[in-house]
Amino acid sequence: MHFHRYEKYWLIFGLSTLVVFLTIVGVSAFSGGHQPPTGMMTLDPTKVEQTPPFDQPGLKEIGENTYEANLIALAFGYNPSKLEVPVGAKVVFNVTSKDVVHSFTIPGTNVNMMITPGHVNTSEYTFDKPGSYLVLCNEYCGTGHHMMQMTIEVK
Amino acid sequence: MNSVVKSPKDSKLSISYLIVGFIAVFIGAVCGLLQGLVRGGVIELPSFINYYQLLTAHGVLLALVFTTFFIYGLLFAGVSKTMGILSDKTRTIGWIGFWVMTIGTICSATMIILGEASVMYTFYAPLQAHPLYYIGLALVVVGSWIGGAAMLMHYFAWRKKNSGKLSPLFGYMTTATIILWLVCSIGVAITVLFQFIPWSFGWADRINVLLSRTLFWYFGHPLVYFWLLPAYIIWYVSIPKIIGGKVFSDSLARLSFVLFILFSIPVGFHHQLTESGISEGWKFLQVVLTFMVITPSLMTAFSLFATFETTGRAKGAKGLFGWLKKLPYNDVRFFAPFMGMLFFIPGGAGGIVNASHQMNTAIHNTLWVVGHFHITVGTPVVLTFFGATYWLVPYLTGRKLTPALNKAGMIQTILWSVGMFFMSTAMHILGLFGAPRRTAYSTYQDHPTALEWFHGFFSHYTTVALGGTILFIAAMMMVYLFFHLAFFAPKAENDIEATEFPIGEVADHAITTPRILENWKVWIGIVVVLILIAYTVPVTDMITHAPAGSPPIRTW
Repeated sequence: MHFHRYEKYWLIFGLSTLVVFLTIVGVSAFSGGHQPPTGMMTLDPTKVEQTPPFDQPGLKEIGENTYEANLIALAFGYNPSKLEVPVGAKVVFNVTSKDVVHSFTIPGTNVNMMITPGHVNTSEYTFDKPGSYLVLCNEYCGTGHHMMQMTIEVK
Repeated sequence: MNSVVKSPKDSKLSISYLIVGFIAVFIGAVCGLLQGLVRGGVIELPSFINYYQLLTAHGVLLALVFTTFFIYGLLFAGVSKTMGILSDKTRTIGWIGFWVMTIGTICSATMIILGEASVMYTFYAPLQAHPLYYIGLALVVVGSWIGGAAMLMHYFAWRKKNSGKLSPLFGYMTTATIILWLVCSIGVAITVLFQFIPWSFGWADRINVLLSRTLFWYFGHPLVYFWLLPAYIIWYVSIPKIIGGKVFSDSLARLSFVLFILFSIPVGFHHQLTESGISEGWKFLQVVLTFMVITPSLMTAFSLFATFETTGRAKGAKGLFGWLKKLPYNDVRFFAPFMGMLFFIPGGAGGIVNASHQMNTAIHNTLWVVGHFHITVGTPVVLTFFGATYWLVPYLTGRKLTPALNKAGMIQTILWSVGMFFMSTAMHILGLFGAPRRTAYSTYQDHPTALEWFHGFFSHYTTVALGGTILFIAAMMMVYLFFHLAFFAPKAENDIEATEFPIGEVADHAITTPRILENWKVWIGIVVVLILIAYTVPVTDMITHAPAGSPPIRTW
């Protein structure tokens, strides 16, 4: 098959760019730990409120200014609907759904994950700036989807 | 139909597909306009219409129905043109496909109108629609298999009659597109037939949510290539003829289609990157395969601009960029797809961001993705289809594209491009600020973060509504122009006046095409191996380590 000389240059340039992109993305993911949210824990979606840790949803201190937030997403809100954390707190979010697919998304941060029933998804964030953080659902979940929200107050 | 139509029976089949497609554009665009206005806070819907019902109709009618029906109308016309008139048997199968698809569409659309299926065209479980919604979608897919089988039969009959000869490029590319479609739609067929339908009738109590999403996205990504490849056929085969040039390279054109078959399917996880239950390694493997599919698009970009340059130089263009001035910008048959190509440059670049493993988290399910969708399928593909309508429809009906109609087409294209520029730019920027997709008007109880989405110009929901309104006007113009070209444009009196179906000749310097490119067993074999590598372990894991399934829920 005949490739035009310029087409060879173009493809070599294009493919090298892709290799560079993939290398950066891959190194950052597998040695820098910057992975997409990938929780592997499962539970019965009809028994969320009886399954630890979701039988006691909310904030739990697990270290120095480090917290675990175990939350339940549901049509159309989150349980609990408000969290308060001190400035500088590192929070590990463990979220599951008791009904349909939702998301747990904090605009302006890197927290943005799908919440599928039967699975627990996980993401963490360090709240260095004080203020009120909006949490919203960005996966269509029903009539009240655009009302689904909670807030995280960082003081 | 008059004598300038070479195969009236084949034309009738094609035009029937196109008519259903453009009716879908009409209804889908009305829904789109209302959505834009609601979201921008310009209007409120009456209580008997739900925003999410409109959204479902918009997605199903434009992304699934218009595309598929247009593609089949175009491909049937092209294979009849390049490989001879369809046999009676093949044509009958084409008609059966048409009716099965049409009945399926009516069935699903009725359920959406009745408010029984506000689940979007992605129908993620455990939201449960009426069984007839799933059955309708299944019929659309099965109908497309029947129509696709007719085109494959026509291609293989041609090969048998012309043994040893290279197939026409249009026929080859059609075959590649249908093969891609058959291999990928198996995924959605399995989930609809074996998961959704039994569960929606209550024969199964629960559904494996993660498995259903994975099967959907096994289909969902190649689906976008099923939309794109027919546009590429027009770019590779018809555009060179329209601009008075030649196909740059026959073999590289075929190679790029083979690469699309190979790399567009085992990549569905890049739609599930922020999802639990699929480990990082498997996600990353499919990210790598996703990047491979950029290669044939780079080849296509090169071929197109090489055709433009060689044509311009043959017409006497001088200097490095003089050939750009020689292109027929006043010919809507060129101008519309050309505008589409320009939109595809940021569209493709945005796609690389979306597929970049952890970077996806920044934009996943935000309005950015909707913007991306509208400058990939919504402009490159759609403007190419619109541009083709100006020659395809008069070709099929024995009419003429008059200078006045050409001018109307130019205005239509400009309106579409301007509307899309405002809408998609605002969507991308709002998405970067975290604005969610598929969401009705909301200020989230006047939360400052959400109020930011009503400030500035390109970071303002009202700009989305403005662009959407311009797009709606352009869509209505297009629907009018389609029906005008089909039924009212002046008739061509003889073969000289007749509108041509542009089929480019291959350039002289293009060296013989290697025969292995036409050996479909090899390529199907390789894609099956790639699919097994990318999916076997994670899917087995989803089934063997599945949590208890989800019962049906209706939240609308």
